[in-house]
Amino acid sequence: MYKRFFILAFLLIGFSQLNAQDIWFTRNGNISFHAGTSMEDIDGTNNDVASLINIKTGDIAFTVLVKSFHFTRSLMEEHFNENYMESTKFPKSTFSGKITDPGKVNFTKDGNYAVTIEGDLFIHGVTKKITAPATIKISGGKISADSKFKILMSDYNVAIPGVVADKISREAMIEVKCNYEKKN
Amino acid sequence: MNYQARLFFILLIFPVAAWSQDKPNLLDMLEKEEKPSTVYTTATFKTTRLINAHSIEQLAAGVLDVKISHRFGTLNKGIYELFGLDNASIRIGADYGITNWLMIGAGRSSFEKQYDGFLKLRLLRQSKGARKMPLSLSGFAGIYYNTLKWTDPSIINYNTSRLNYVFQLLAARKFSEGFSLQVSPTLVHYNLVPYTTDKNNMLSVGIGARQKLSKRVSINVEYYYQIPGYKLEGSENALSAGIDIETGGHVFQLIFTNSTGIAENQYITKTTGKWTDGDIHFGFNIARVFTLRKPKVKAQPHQ
Repeated sequence: MYKRFFILAFLLIGFSQLNAQDIWFTRNGNISFHAGTSMEDIDGTNNDVASLINIKTGDIAFTVLVKSFHFTRSLMEEHFNENYMESTKFPKSTFSGKITDPGKVNFTKDGNYAVTIEGDLFIHGVTKKITAPATIKISGGKISADSKFKILMSDYNVAIPGVVADKISREAMIEVKCNYEKKN
Repeated sequence: MNYQARLFFILLIFPVAAWSQDKPNLLDMLEKEEKPSTVYTTATFKTTRLINAHSIEQLAAGVLDVKISHRFGTLNKGIYELFGLDNASIRIGADYGITNWLMIGAGRSSFEKQYDGFLKLRLLRQSKGARKMPLSLSGFAGIYYNTLKWTDPSIINYNTSRLNYVFQLLAARKFSEGFSLQVSPTLVHYNLVPYTTDKNNMLSVGIGARQKLSKRVSINVEYYYQIPGYKLEGSENALSAGIDIETGGHVFQLIFTNSTGIAENQYITKTTGKWTDGDIHFGFNIARVFTLRKPKVKAQPHQ
């Protein structure tokens, strides 16, 4: 009788341990954005994005340090932080959401899977629900996620002054590229 | 089942229930795992000059900053001289960032027909987070060579007499998004001074502050206090006030000052105007930044 209880206990403990295996992470994810016009190129790249993905539930989260976006022109980087993103006030941008159709992806089989991701995007003090198309690529036991979507600057209270109105686009095209590793 | 077995089984339910409900919020997990990083203060001032004097700001590597500085005549000259607009003292120069912590610059002023060159070295950066530093510190060294014709060509004149040197320690702190303060102890060396009673080494302390009025406009104030006994006979302390306007790649500085000269040795030690007498020059500085050498900014290679 005791044996049965112990077996049951170990089975239950065993099942809960599986949770840790489901979480994959990266600390060097890449997010870049393009907000230029024909008058000016505005491209920022961040290679220090931290992200977690739970392959069982499809939950996915990103945190992005705004000051880690780098530009080829240092003055543009200074203005980005000082005048537009106000990164001293809002040092981080985050995304918390999930793959709406995780069943589409077979995380054990190599291939490219087109999915939809939706969740809360927090930028410059404003949280907005967004939906974006993404591609989950499984290759040689590694998981990577790519996504490309547009956001409206005004949605996040990012003001563009009249002086530079024809140099900065009202929309930013955001590209996400992350390669994940299994969390230990 | 005996009592102990039942108790064991019941007790087991609690941790199991906790495990199955413990679907960790991924965002919270990320926040918890974050390593403390150092955040360096940026943009203590809008450009590398406060008004006349150097601020602790450095140019990034590969960046060229072209500077055109203009001081009109004094306001007390009256309507005939259009309140000084008919006169001008000009400096044309350029600064270049060799690395992110070392910059070099050169220029020429019409006042005393002087050529100047300088090096500015960043020593400390204000930061918070993992590494805390309460202020930014920079070192400045300038060399100045006037090319005026000798007043008395009949005596032996040495070219080295034309040289002045300026050494400064610039210490600044950004107290808030809007307010920054800088203190600059200064040594000015003249190879040749006007009177035998003048010292060759002149000591002063500069103090400057800026207050942002909006994201792109700020007001600045600058004062250089010359230590009594270590200044040129008859010189006044330089006091300046100005407004900075930043637009894209330009910073425009509109200035009121009692100094005619624009180079460090001139406005710190050779100011003769007095605010109370109306010896106030209106002037402006224009700075335009060009990126000559782009840093490598690559997207992460993707499988």
